[in-house]
Amino acid sequence: MAAAVEFRNVSLRSHDGRSLLEYVTLALEEGTTTALLGRSGSGKTTLLRMVNRMATPDTGVVLVDGVDTNSAEPIALRRSIGYVIQETGLFPHFTVARNIGIVRELGGKRTGLKDLHTLLAMTGLDPEKFAERYPHQLSGGQRQRVGLARALAGDPRILLMDEPFGALDPLTRAEMQDMLRRLLRRLKKTVLLVTHDLNEAIYLASRIVLLEQGHIIADLPPREFLQSQNPSVLQYMQAFRRGAHEAGE
Amino acid sequence: MREFLAQYGSDIATLTFEHLWLTGTAMLIAAAIGIPVGVLLTRYGRWARPVIGLANVVQTIPSLAMFGFLLPVPWLGERAARIAIVALTGYALLPILRNTYAGIRSVDPALVDVAQALGMTNLQRLWKVELPLAAGVILAGLRTATVTCVGIATIAAAVGAGGLGELIFRGVASVDNRLVLAGAIPAAALALAADGFLGLLEHVVRVRGRESA
Repeated sequence: MAAAVEFRNVSLRSHDGRSLLEYVTLALEEGTTTALLGRSGSGKTTLLRMVNRMATPDTGVVLVDGVDTNSAEPIALRRSIGYVIQETGLFPHFTVARNIGIVRELGGKRTGLKDLHTLLAMTGLDPEKFAERYPHQLSGGQRQRVGLARALAGDPRILLMDEPFGALDPLTRAEMQDMLRRLLRRLKKTVLLVTHDLNEAIYLASRIVLLEQGHIIADLPPREFLQSQNPSVLQYMQAFRRGAHEAGE
Repeated sequence: MREFLAQYGSDIATLTFEHLWLTGTAMLIAAAIGIPVGVLLTRYGRWARPVIGLANVVQTIPSLAMFGFLLPVPWLGERAARIAIVALTGYALLPILRNTYAGIRSVDPALVDVAQALGMTNLQRLWKVELPLAAGVILAGLRTATVTCVGIATIAAAVGAGGLGELIFRGVASVDNRLVLAGAIPAAALALAADGFLGLLEHVVRVRGRESA
């Protein structure tokens, strides 16, 4: 079976000639969650944006369901893929209901009340209470739930998540991670998750990919990632465990 | 006072109406040009400076001189109202153009990016995201333009285009302050009314636009 998403020898340079990605090859199996870790500027977000053609590689190809994204119509491709980013992503002048319905609205379809209720309930929000609110009337966590509901509204098979919980406090973040984990177990989406949070990656993903300066440094299941002796992986993990380490001495 | 009103009342009413008509027509034309061009400038960034610069130059021409310049232009010169409307449109263009451009550019780039990533076409992005979020700033531009136009329209009487300026010019010529006021007060009232109405509209739009994301 073809992978849900496949990067083949993908390279990209920025306008000023810096290399953002170099010969990245990676295949995401249908229904799995893959976390992309790495420093800011390591190319994680760029790689994610290539899936829905928000970025186009200079060389190499990106395949979605076996089809080269370069030959796909970008508008249709984007509508078929769920997209979640940090909390800035909701339209401030739309109600929660319209924010969620926007993906179908773009295709000229309406989102029925029943679907809206299902989507809100799925992400743990009371439809009666939240459907007619505006984003500025919600807490950070609630906004993120709406963002997720919007991404799921078109019933996409692929979900792109770019630091979805980066702006939340640790407790809210943990709640969101629980909710997402339950949801993904049920829905079987192919997820590409960009994160800075090692714990989040381990908790949600079945595979962790570490990027450094546009190269894949490690590509391992969580358990093996934790035991890896690769210097870059060790460095990344040490950076995460500093506090606990310090306090334990 | 009563005597004065009895004598000039119908004049004041006619000229106020004429004033409204001149300004309203000019504003409609200016908005019909300024808003689309402002939007286009956000898409073709390198034209923004020269085009807004040109509108700026138009703005600096003294209004009396502007009416004078337009007088000998063939089709325009035949009717004073045409001259007035073209001149007023010229003055209204800059604030509308500038605010449309600035308003759309001020929309959070992250939202523009999301709009694209969700699969909006360029037109959908403009209608559903950029214009609604820029509406407050665009309306502020229309408001400035309207108030400027109402004021400058009084000068249009100098070329015989009518409007409340006519009373003012007559008053100045005959050293009759009552006539000057009969033109100036309604003109000021018009400006204030337009400003208040558009201000209210701007407030409604801004609240609906929920600027605090």
